[in-house]
Amino acid sequence: MNHYDVIIVGAGHNGLICAAYLARAGRRVLVLERRHVLGGAAVSEELYPDFTFSVASYVVSLFRSHIIRELDLARHGYRVIPMDCSFQPLPNGDSLARWADRNRSRREIQRFSQKDAEVYPEFSRVMTRLGQVAKSIIDQPAPDIGSLRVRDVVSSLRFARKFYVLGPDLFHLKLKLLTLSAADFLDLWFESDVLKGPLSASGIIGTFKGVRSPGTAYVLLHHYMGEIDGVFRSWGFAQGGTGGVSLACARAARSFGATIRINAPVARVMVRNGRTVGVCLESGEEILADLVVSNLDPRRTLLGLVGKEHLDDDTVRLVKRYKYRGSSGKVNLALDAVPEFACRPGSGDHIRGDIAIAPNVDYLEKAYDEAKYGAFSRRPFINAVIPSLTDPSVAPPGKHILSCFVQYAPYHLREGAEDWPRQREAFGAAVIDTLEEYIPNIRDLILFKQVLTPWDLEKQFGLSEGNIFHGELSLEQLLFQRPAPGLAHYRTPVHNLWLCGSGTHPGGGIMGSSGERAAKTILGSKIRT
Amino acid sequence: MRKTPFFFRQLALCESMHWKSWAGAYAVASYLIHCDAEYHAIRHAAGLLDVSPLFKYRMRGPDAASCLARIMVRDIQRLPVGRVAYSCWCDDHGKVIDDGTVMRRSEDDFFITSADPCFSWFSRFISNQRVMLEDVTEHTAALAIQGPCSRAVLQEICDADLLGLRFFSTTEASIAGSPVWISRTGYTGDLGYEIWMDNIHALAVWDAIMDAGKAYALRPAGLDALDMCRIESGLILKDVDYYNALHVLVDHRKSSPFELSLGWTVELDREPFCGQAPLRREQAHGAPWSLVGLDIDWEETERLYARYGLPPEVPTRAWRTSVPLYRDRDRQYQIGYATSGTWSPTLKKNIALATIRTGYARPDTQTYLEMTVEHTRHTVAATICAPRFFNPERKTATRGRAA
Repeated sequence: MNHYDVIIVGAGHNGLICAAYLARAGRRVLVLERRHVLGGAAVSEELYPDFTFSVASYVVSLFRSHIIRELDLARHGYRVIPMDCSFQPLPNGDSLARWADRNRSRREIQRFSQKDAEVYPEFSRVMTRLGQVAKSIIDQPAPDIGSLRVRDVVSSLRFARKFYVLGPDLFHLKLKLLTLSAADFLDLWFESDVLKGPLSASGIIGTFKGVRSPGTAYVLLHHYMGEIDGVFRSWGFAQGGTGGVSLACARAARSFGATIRINAPVARVMVRNGRTVGVCLESGEEILADLVVSNLDPRRTLLGLVGKEHLDDDTVRLVKRYKYRGSSGKVNLALDAVPEFACRPGSGDHIRGDIAIAPNVDYLEKAYDEAKYGAFSRRPFINAVIPSLTDPSVAPPGKHILSCFVQYAPYHLREGAEDWPRQREAFGAAVIDTLEEYIPNIRDLILFKQVLTPWDLEKQFGLSEGNIFHGELSLEQLLFQRPAPGLAHYRTPVHNLWLCGSGTHPGGGIMGSSGERAAKTILGSKIRT
Repeated sequence: MRKTPFFFRQLALCESMHWKSWAGAYAVASYLIHCDAEYHAIRHAAGLLDVSPLFKYRMRGPDAASCLARIMVRDIQRLPVGRVAYSCWCDDHGKVIDDGTVMRRSEDDFFITSADPCFSWFSRFISNQRVMLEDVTEHTAALAIQGPCSRAVLQEICDADLLGLRFFSTTEASIAGSPVWISRTGYTGDLGYEIWMDNIHALAVWDAIMDAGKAYALRPAGLDALDMCRIESGLILKDVDYYNALHVLVDHRKSSPFELSLGWTVELDREPFCGQAPLRREQAHGAPWSLVGLDIDWEETERLYARYGLPPEVPTRAWRTSVPLYRDRDRQYQIGYATSGTWSPTLKKNIALATIRTGYARPDTQTYLEMTVEHTRHTVAATICAPRFFNPERKTATRGRAA
């Protein structure tokens, strides 16, 4: 019979996790994926023979450990290899490497500032403490502070208590964190511009803001919540690319009985009398279900799959106002040999972690200046990784993958977003030019190049305006306001239509929480499925 | 301290200067300050370990097979040429002295490894037979290359057909022009090989492997990483999980093969061998103790740390202190002890090997392990399971892609 308890639209990692939880609870679940591969933006693809690229999302850290346990993902192939180093080459031929080992980092930072070197572990401690609080918020549904229902008031109070227990000093710092810019916040701690470069860059990732824009300090914290095996602030590579995480989630979902179909693009969600009854595929096939859960972002779900005609004006307005403003692109390279940095040659451990082209705060702010007026940065912030140095399964022996996250590449170009296909080559060239300043022979090594502009991210992965987080991770779009007040509990105004993507609390990154929380909210609600 | 033939190569690479004594020889504990990169190399690429400190013996002659069959709990007479057997050997009371591998290189040529010196013990079994026993420990070097890419690395520099070499088989081969023996064995529970060679060939082989390994993210690995891997695979370690029956002061420190979950190696129905009668009795009546795996409850651990406002701490390397194991949360009735454990980065579990009264050894039994948090003793739930926590298909597969 062509009828399911739940249909999940989109097989991103959140959709698959949501499917796994619902199937585990005994629901008949069908996951429909438009593309021929699973994973959404957490996907591995062989773009060039024998090279497996993490095409979009490229590192893992925020993934919640209880999800790994509850879905037994390790058994289904979830493997993450931690990174030990953050490397920052500098244009003057110097460089800074920060290591997991505190003393090693201190000796490196000392070359730029003795004080910063000693303050650095204090800073990490405070951020870890604040990150702990932030994480406990992630693991709960967002409170609805507008509501006076007993349940919501209790949850709001519990939410407030998390800040109270921090004590006054940390509480004030938390307030600063919520309001200041990343650069200002770091000024409270550090004097060396070199150190502040890559640290402040964490505050702008995926937002259309500069390191000196208020509110970016919070995003900095978002990147301090990372955890691998209980150790904070460590990032890692998924074995076989980030698609490996999605495939583990898919295997878990299947093991609980979920059905997953690829090449099955959904044209629209069928709504009758204000109730969701199923979906209609682009092929015309109709599949009925009690519930539909969308892994797509709020805009594509509500304005795309559902359509304005089924929504009230308020909802339409809220969904339209929710900001995407993609600001980043991706350049993936297949290389013939290890790329060696002029400032620190060799293929040692310093380039086995993440590599940041973010020499100082001004560099980053200048990159933003260009973007503000609708042009990509000529000298962008680049966060690069060479996963093949750690995980040889992604490239042939001796060959390597250089995966570059590039910011800024504003979706809204001065000439309009549609101009991106024309500017793609130039954008890619700017990235290679920038890399060449640090890796002089990079051009000779390139076997294959893929340039993804925000326009491409939108077309290929369905990310509205190319935003990697399904909507900016800025304070006004978080918690009970993600994606909008009244829509923040995974439920939409359309009866039996739910959201489970990164556009819901707690948001982007390969975290899995949106999918998990959506499933648990659905299972906890009184809906008959 | 003895220096193995690889000592100076390792010295140049050992950034942490963290060494251990392994049977009186210098052995790298970890090349870097933390062993995780080495651990992950073994699990996701390849790790290269100097295992030369193992004791190594050659037993040759027309009666070598029958002599070994008397020593070992396994029937070595039935071991085909080119195969390797894992076995332990016992005293007259059926208590384990040591464990190791026996490699049959030809009809009457055997190569034996052990953790403790065993020349004297093996010699006791030789009287009038046509057997020659030789201690080759000092002039035989040994390397272990372990991990999903180990075959690919080795195949680049070696003339043997490694894809055709079955798990626990051995072959003669040539690496960088040096004659070696390769056995598909190891102490990591992963795809891997051990390479045995005369000392004079050691450096050529080391250099060839390190060079070929560059393209496969191979890393030299130390004993700390090895310890994590062996616990994940449920492989026991002498002087940690059990003691040599000849070296202990009190009887209750001795273990039988059945008590070490090595019952599968004991082949009773054959010609007499050392410990046969008591082992037969024990098989009939059941062993009082069992070796099991423990899956230590992570959520309880998290809650325990949360009581002190702390995130849970995972040890960065394996531990090997004896930790009491109880039937009840209040620590009223002790039923055993954990002997070694580790956080498993691959399985995302906190695991341990434990010796427990057989009555409680059934899988899924809930027990309570002592855990000290903030200087205070507590217990956390630990579920009994089979000790082989990690057992990937690639370990024994003879076809398919490496890595």
